[in-house]
Amino acid sequence: MAAEIKKLSSDKFEFVNINERLTDKKFDDKPIGYFKDAWIRFRKNKASVVAMIIILIICLFSIVAPLFTSHANNFMDAFYAKKSPRITWLRPYGIADGGSNRDFSEVGLAFAQGIGVAALDWEGKGGISIKEGMESEYQPIIAIKNSFVKIDATKKEKTYYTARIDDYLNVGFMYKSIKQSELASIQAFEEEYGIHILYPLIEDNEWNNGDDSDANNWFKMKKNAPVTVNENGKAKTIEYSEDMILEENYMRDADGNPVYWVYTGGGTHETAQLKIRVLYYNWYRYQNGGIEPNYAFGTDSQGYDLMLRLAGGLRLSLLLAVSVSVINFIIGAVYGAIEGYYGGAVDLVMERITDILGGIPFIVIATLFQIHLSAKLGAIPCLIFAYILNGWIGIAYRVRTQFYRFKHQEFVLAAKTLGAKDNRLIWKHVFPNSLGTIVTSAALIIPGVIFNESMLSYLGIVKLGSASSTSLGTLLADASSIWTNYPHLMLLPAIFISLLEISFNLFGNGLRDAFNPSLRNVED
Amino acid sequence: MGKYVLKRLLLMFFTFFVIVTITFMLIRVLPVEMPTDKNQAEAIKMRWEALGYNEPLLKQYAIYLKNIITEGDFGTSWKIEYRTPALKVLTSRLLPTVMVNFYSMILSVPLGILFGIYAAVRKNKWDDHLISTLVMVFISVPSYVYAFLVQYFLYFKLDLLPLTLYSLADAGGSYFTWKMFVSMIPAIISLSFGSIAGYCRFVRAELTESLTSEYMLLARTKGLTRAQATSRHALKNAMVPILPSILSELIALLGGSLVIEQIFAIPGVGQLYIKSINLLDYDVFMMDCIFYTFIGLLAGIVTDLSYGFIDPRIRMGEK
Repeated sequence: MAAEIKKLSSDKFEFVNINERLTDKKFDDKPIGYFKDAWIRFRKNKASVVAMIIILIICLFSIVAPLFTSHANNFMDAFYAKKSPRITWLRPYGIADGGSNRDFSEVGLAFAQGIGVAALDWEGKGGISIKEGMESEYQPIIAIKNSFVKIDATKKEKTYYTARIDDYLNVGFMYKSIKQSELASIQAFEEEYGIHILYPLIEDNEWNNGDDSDANNWFKMKKNAPVTVNENGKAKTIEYSEDMILEENYMRDADGNPVYWVYTGGGTHETAQLKIRVLYYNWYRYQNGGIEPNYAFGTDSQGYDLMLRLAGGLRLSLLLAVSVSVINFIIGAVYGAIEGYYGGAVDLVMERITDILGGIPFIVIATLFQIHLSAKLGAIPCLIFAYILNGWIGIAYRVRTQFYRFKHQEFVLAAKTLGAKDNRLIWKHVFPNSLGTIVTSAALIIPGVIFNESMLSYLGIVKLGSASSTSLGTLLADASSIWTNYPHLMLLPAIFISLLEISFNLFGNGLRDAFNPSLRNVED
Repeated sequence: MGKYVLKRLLLMFFTFFVIVTITFMLIRVLPVEMPTDKNQAEAIKMRWEALGYNEPLLKQYAIYLKNIITEGDFGTSWKIEYRTPALKVLTSRLLPTVMVNFYSMILSVPLGILFGIYAAVRKNKWDDHLISTLVMVFISVPSYVYAFLVQYFLYFKLDLLPLTLYSLADAGGSYFTWKMFVSMIPAIISLSFGSIAGYCRFVRAELTESLTSEYMLLARTKGLTRAQATSRHALKNAMVPILPSILSELIALLGGSLVIEQIFAIPGVGQLYIKSINLLDYDVFMMDCIFYTFIGLLAGIVTDLSYGFIDPRIRMGEK
């Protein structure tokens, strides 16, 4: 072959680009690192992105919820407990009207509607019909839906009505005991807002239906039925109809004017106690600087604003979960790195320690920590301790596996040859390889922590409820005996917990798929 | 194999012993509250004196261990069931727990496996996506939420099932009557949702992996139909990790579910645990802790060992 090569004179060749310098081309786009790559993959997973958005919304809700309510965090009103959601400006559209549907007998309906009638009649004149009473803004009956006939216990046919009733207005009137000096401020408040708080007191007589502590018994009743009384004192039961006029039974002084307060005890002008009858809705406004009861999520079993309680519970759960996850991440990373890097006897001893710690059931740990330390340290730190006592083992295990995989690879050997110390080898060269795995498992710790917290406080092992804050599990526990009558007490916390659990699991799975595409669809 | 089993068992007992020691110390140093009944309080004090409860902690522990080894005596219940051996208090509560959890397992294992197989075979079709989505939801939602939903719909709305478990007397004096079974259904259903979803996810993951393996390709090339290849080869291999987990689940069901037992008033082990904490019945609490620890460790070791029996190539926990 060589003989066939022809001699070519050098002038037949010429240099290409002789005047230009040849360099590597600069990339137009930015380099994609490990995390950016993962982020690109994560974004493609629609479910996980949605989950992340839901988590962000819930976080946001837990932080900004207090801005949407005029109550302080520890505000509580025992008479407005267990009530359903009510937002004043949405009420006319039938949303969040603070109402529930109930069946009423005729008398029951008259009684409820009577609250609205009496609210119109602050002068104690009487003579307002049910129909007119329905126009009152304090009328608890929102709408009568339908009537049906049912045979009652005495085998009589009776008409019943299904009606929607505002649970807040249904509280109606109430007796209050005030200091004489307070009277003036109530009257000033009435003037200022143009509303009525003080209503005539009720005569304590035979028409009072036997219960003179109930301030809603304002009309003449006998045997639980409204009556009219003629001049001879004879009573006649009146039939329920829209035009029915309930006969008032107010306390009157010698001149026949209704009485608004009576003196019940005490000495001086300042300390004298007065008994008054108030419309509770307006009394509430008086007590709270004029605001109307607005509870977007209703109130909880004790009378706290459920939205605030939920937001507080969510904040607690999320903070707890994130701090536990971060602490476990750190402990697990350090422990697993040492185990995996040094191996041998160190590994053996450390493995036995994790065996022992991992063998203690979580429930036992949580209980013992609570019993021993919660008095000294508080319930929440104890809970955190319980979570981190053996919560990091999973992460340590993963880090250890990764170290076994990577520590003998060439790049580590190269770094070692160049004089890198153990510390540098561990954290700069081997550890970053396991970062993806443990970020994922740290994220997947979060739903577990939230679930366990709710379970422990539901069972009463951990007591997290207080005046200023509560936890989701405590809300559930409080509702557990009464929730069938007030489903929203159970439903709202349950929905939030379920949403959080689903979102965090989806989010964690998305992270795993993004960090280790090879593990996609492999669940462990 | 024998040496491996022995090693694992010895390690397990070592771990168990350490945990029991720590738990014992932590429980015995707790302050005690005596019953308000003076005679009973006096009686308990004297019994405790005689039983060595006032000795130094280590000596107490020695006595405790000695009693367990020589007489199988795990102490006595002083509050929940006055002067009944703690072991008996525990074992008398095992049956309801086991029954409820076992029924739930009978329901959820086959269903979970079936759904899992279906989802894996139909991978990435619409029905697989539906199942996977539902699985995600059912796994995430806590069991007590199901319990409330079951109570609300099956009891309050439809009035089909009782709210809580019947007491023994109501159900005819035995846990095996039909009436008792009916009253267990709400608890069984509430337990099953999550567990069906769990098995389904597990089976789907394992089966999709073996369906894409090379031996499947070989089987198809040899002329097996897809159904034949799946049932004869893929399924068998997929079952290798699934069976041990079912086994360990079988052991873990002894522990019961704390929340479900509380909600449905099941007089089981979980309820006993809550009771023993609230009343601080030392020995029963200790007994419960021992029991839970033991179950946990046993379930772990059974999983690992059964891998070895099902597929002798696998040695869990070995390097």
